[in-house]
Amino acid sequence: MAMAALRREGRRFAPLLSPRPIAAAAPRSSPSFLSPEEDVPFGARSISTQVVRNRMKSVKNIQKITKAMKMVAASKLRAIQIRAENSRGLWQPFIALLGDTPSIDVKKNVIVTVSSDKGLCGGINSTSVRLSKGLLKLNSGPDKEPKYVVVGEKAKVQLIRDSRKHIHLTISELTKIPLNYTQVSVLADDIIKNVEFDALKIVFNKFHSVVSFIPTVSTVLSPEVVEREVESGSGKLGELDSYEIEGGSTRGETLQNLAEFQFSCVMFNAVLENACSEMGARMSAMDSSSRNAGEVLDRLTLTYNRTRQAAITTELTEIISGASALEG
Amino acid sequence: MFRHAAKNLLRHRPVPTTSAAGAAAARAPSRTFSADAPAAQTADAGFVEAWKKVVPNIDPPKTPLSFMEPRPATPASIPSKLTVNFVLPYASELSKKEVDMVIVPATTGELGVLPGHVATIAELKPGVMSVHDGNEVTKYFVSSGFAFVHANSFADIIAVEAVPLDRIDASLVQKGLAEFTQKVNSASTDLEKAEAQIGVDVHSALNSALTG
Repeated sequence: MAMAALRREGRRFAPLLSPRPIAAAAPRSSPSFLSPEEDVPFGARSISTQVVRNRMKSVKNIQKITKAMKMVAASKLRAIQIRAENSRGLWQPFIALLGDTPSIDVKKNVIVTVSSDKGLCGGINSTSVRLSKGLLKLNSGPDKEPKYVVVGEKAKVQLIRDSRKHIHLTISELTKIPLNYTQVSVLADDIIKNVEFDALKIVFNKFHSVVSFIPTVSTVLSPEVVEREVESGSGKLGELDSYEIEGGSTRGETLQNLAEFQFSCVMFNAVLENACSEMGARMSAMDSSSRNAGEVLDRLTLTYNRTRQAAITTELTEIISGASALEG
Repeated sequence: MFRHAAKNLLRHRPVPTTSAAGAAAARAPSRTFSADAPAAQTADAGFVEAWKKVVPNIDPPKTPLSFMEPRPATPASIPSKLTVNFVLPYASELSKKEVDMVIVPATTGELGVLPGHVATIAELKPGVMSVHDGNEVTKYFVSSGFAFVHANSFADIIAVEAVPLDRIDASLVQKGLAEFTQKVNSASTDLEKAEAQIGVDVHSALNSALTG
């Protein structure tokens, strides 16, 4: 292997070996181009400093870019975090009224996966996709037909690969304009109009802190299923019978409006929380990226200096040995 | 039935064994998350078990029940104050505020809610909502939403948009009312007519809120 390395070096520098002057007085200044050949017999590979310098420049650029991306994500996070925290009260009354039954047994499950459009945000999209696939598996059975509604490009790309036939709707570029409730309620309306569902399971990453995101699944039941549970009289929904419906509409109609309203509220909170998690994940991804780039840069600098110093030492040795040969 | 189970669990405060509870203990210092109640575990346990059977490698996802405080059970006697949560998509206006009475604009008219009110689900129409606490009355114009009154004298009001009355510009209201009335008359399709009618309803409610 050492011989092969030497042979490789020989081949590379052969055209230069012949015209190369022994007289080190020749202006072979700082190691430029292809100078420092360490003809050391133990087969050390000599790196040209030009190559190392190019690498250092590109790594430094990467470090700058990732640091800038981290700053941008941090500022976006600050803005959206306030809104997400303010929207957290929105879904609580629904849970207080209807309870939470994620393990309810229904025929038509629709899994709404919320993900980001842009990448470089760590593992949150993969987590959501894995969860969605797990939910699909959990809810697949003889006459159950689970479906996906995918929000965001990243989850779509991953899910299309193996679950293409289950995907019913995809929505992308949701965060192009700043999120607001009207936009999300129109989206929720579209989904409800186009998809038949018994239960909607919304998968998203809940923002807990800048470094921790909790994968969560919220369940919204269709009015028919709620009616069915009320009749069966078990659990939280069984107590719904004791609630009077104000106004002339029947319980069925009120439940219909309630389900739609609940879905839009839960979606709004889910999309905001996911956007927060995306920014936080991007911050930490870019931060570790720039730190890694810094470490690579350090190592490259050491290599560069070593190579440079070795070349200088070689030159000096040549000069001195040349001079002593002349004297002696 | 579930509520009683929740009450018992709350009294005993068992040692957290499930991962959800463990994570809850770690999350406790965060200001936005309320402390998880052990009652939440029973609701999620079924889901967690089913999940573990089918997908053993991945941690089960959390559900919203583990992120909110459980509501207290219905007390034996009627409490003196009503606890109101008034939430909007962009803010929680009132959070667990103890008041004497709220009047909400339900579809059938003004609904006054006092402590001990029977459990009700009411759909709201555009109108004025007022919160009475002692001698002070705060009025908001709400666009629409829902109001839930629970048996334990908790009232949840969820509105899409709400503004205090002094922020409404009367001239714009008149202009909008005229515009939408004209649209109703010139509407061709059912959809346009419905949209214009909604505009008329909201603006006339705004008008009466300002004058009444």
